[in-house]
Amino acid sequence: MEALKQELKENIIEQLNLEDMVVADIADDDMLFGDGLGLDSIDALELIVMLDKNYGIKLTDPKEGRAIFESINTMAAYISENRTK
Amino acid sequence: MNAPFNISSYASIRGRKVTLNGQHLYEGSHTEFSEFIKAAYKALGVKYPKFFKMDNLSKLAFLTAEVLLKNENLNLEADNNIAIVLSNRASSLDTDRAHQASIQDKDNYYPSPAVFVYTLPNICIGEISIKYKLYSENSFFIFDRINTDHLFTSASNLLETGKADQVLCGWVDFDSDSYEAFLYLVSEKEGKPHTNQQILKLYNT
Repeated sequence: MEALKQELKENIIEQLNLEDMVVADIADDDMLFGDGLGLDSIDALELIVMLDKNYGIKLTDPKEGRAIFESINTMAAYISENRTK
Repeated sequence: MNAPFNISSYASIRGRKVTLNGQHLYEGSHTEFSEFIKAAYKALGVKYPKFFKMDNLSKLAFLTAEVLLKNENLNLEADNNIAIVLSNRASSLDTDRAHQASIQDKDNYYPSPAVFVYTLPNICIGEISIKYKLYSENSFFIFDRINTDHLFTSASNLLETGKADQVLCGWVDFDSDSYEAFLYLVSEKEGKPHTNQQILKLYNT
């Protein structure tokens, strides 16, 4: 699980172009949206694509994303339970 | 006939150089645009993390506008009736190609929303407008080369009809390894006469 969390942080920084951020800046329970990392709606769509491309998870209901993308902890837990690759 | 409006300032980014009113602000040695524009952003002391999410055309337009408008010391709550009229040759072709590449293979079909949102050239106007809280008139035109007559007419109309207090105009083109941005601000403020010839002269400086 820790390896997955590390991988998620690296992918988020790279794919969402968080230029001034490093892995150590993201705590496992930091809010990804709002007052946390400050991600926006386009970032949310990128995260949905990332789930599909990297882990074979298709979110059919975008509303599910709200809970899944709350933090690195929630993302890692959801991916661990639902990944197909 | 005297021109009723003036070009109060102008800025350019081309040939690895950033200039404001003819003065060099930054010169890089990078061969890749992505490296050059990132170095210029940092050297110029800009603080705007969303910059790194933009496509190449928007980075080029945004940073040129930033150099020019920052120097104006605008009051963002009051000085926001600034129209924007931009133009280029390649439209958003650079980003269009990146999007096309992501949907080319049906077995590896993962279009990026962050790329797709930049597949229109006028998005770069939106990026400038967001930063400077502009809710003003704007338009983006495609020409083979800079059309100073069209830019002059558009800016004059906007100012004469009271649609804007100032107009940010110019040419912002990005295609593969080629990039060029030249922006200027037109208003009743002091400056160089706003004429077709003057625009061309500054562009060729």
